[in-house]
Amino acid sequence: ALIKQFVADVAWGDLDFLIVDTPPGTSDEHISTVEALRPYKPLGAILVTTPQAVSVGDVRRELTFCKKTGLRVLGIVENMSGFVCPHCSECTNIFSKGGGEELAKHAGVPFLGCVPLDPQLSQSLEEGRDFIQEFPKSTAFPALTRIAQHILDGTSQPSS
Amino acid sequence: QVALLDIDICGPSIPKMMGLEGEQVHQSGSGWSPVYVEENLGVMSVGFLLSSPDDAVIWRGPKKNGLIKQFLRDVDWGVIDYLIIDTPPGTSDEHLSIVQYLGAAHIDGVVIITTPQEVSLQDVRKEINFCHKVKLPIIGVVENMSGFVCPKCKNESQIFPPTTGGAEKMCQNLNVSLLGKVPLDPQIGRSCDKGQSFFSEAPESPATSSYRNIIQRIQEYCDQRHLQEEKII
Repeated sequence: ALIKQFVADVAWGDLDFLIVDTPPGTSDEHISTVEALRPYKPLGAILVTTPQAVSVGDVRRELTFCKKTGLRVLGIVENMSGFVCPHCSECTNIFSKGGGEELAKHAGVPFLGCVPLDPQLSQSLEEGRDFIQEFPKSTAFPALTRIAQHILDGTSQPSS
Repeated sequence: QVALLDIDICGPSIPKMMGLEGEQVHQSGSGWSPVYVEENLGVMSVGFLLSSPDDAVIWRGPKKNGLIKQFLRDVDWGVIDYLIIDTPPGTSDEHLSIVQYLGAAHIDGVVIITTPQEVSLQDVRKEINFCHKVKLPIIGVVENMSGFVCPKCKNESQIFPPTTGGAEKMCQNLNVSLLGKVPLDPQIGRSCDKGQSFFSEAPESPATSSYRNIIQRIQEYCDQRHLQEEKII
């Protein structure tokens, strides 16, 4: 009921994009969101996974949810994909690597890109600051820009 | 004798982490059989009831609660020393129903996991509040992903910076125990993905000793509680 209210009763004004952030899973929030947004013909869903198999395992099921509810999949993002040590530049795949990309290939959906682990990104989120303004030189910045561009390119095309 | 019950109905990760992917649940006259990792570690998860890794469980709350009830009622765990229940994050259907169904069993307590970040602590404060509201004892909090030591240069990085003092500060403020901190170690994720015990894969890792200390504190807490209960009886 609260989700319906958020969609129907909030005075958003004129919008170019409405982005809905859901918790993980395929339950009430997800079912309700799809139902509430259906009259507005949602552009699609972006699924975020870490590279690990346990995360990919959950996201596979979320892909099925999208299929079953007729929600187009704009693509998959592989988050927490590698960490470059700021001291020595060695890259460590703390949460493995490649799982998101493989899943996109296997499921036949677009792969939007990898976002590396970036303490500056975490810091910005903590402080509610604009990461793009504050840390344009950090490792996550080009990754996020590329993903945003992919999404814009994908949504400017008519959906099937 | 340990029983592990996975009540993350939409994202059941426990079968993979325990190396039991693809296993099925067998039914007998005495109920559903748990799937055993070792003789002394039995597991139950909705994952064992799904035939494909692509199957989605698209259920609203009441249906999830129904399955949780079945897990508690119909699984033949045998005589066990510990029943560990893994929940998804949040304070919703799964959490309410498990507290309700296990009301008469006197849950020993809850272990809450957080990262050092304020965005995680914000959620955990609500979860601690939930425990107080439903009178669920809190064994303590674990700070996960707490620092990373580069395997090459050995310098430490705070990938998830504790901008508001991390779990330590929160635990002080809310008067709950900090059971321990687990550092980031790529081997942890690898072990989970392979379904292998991290302890056997990386016995020398600093994360292994962190885990062992946390486990010991949980056992001490439970032993203490049982002693107290026996005194009352």
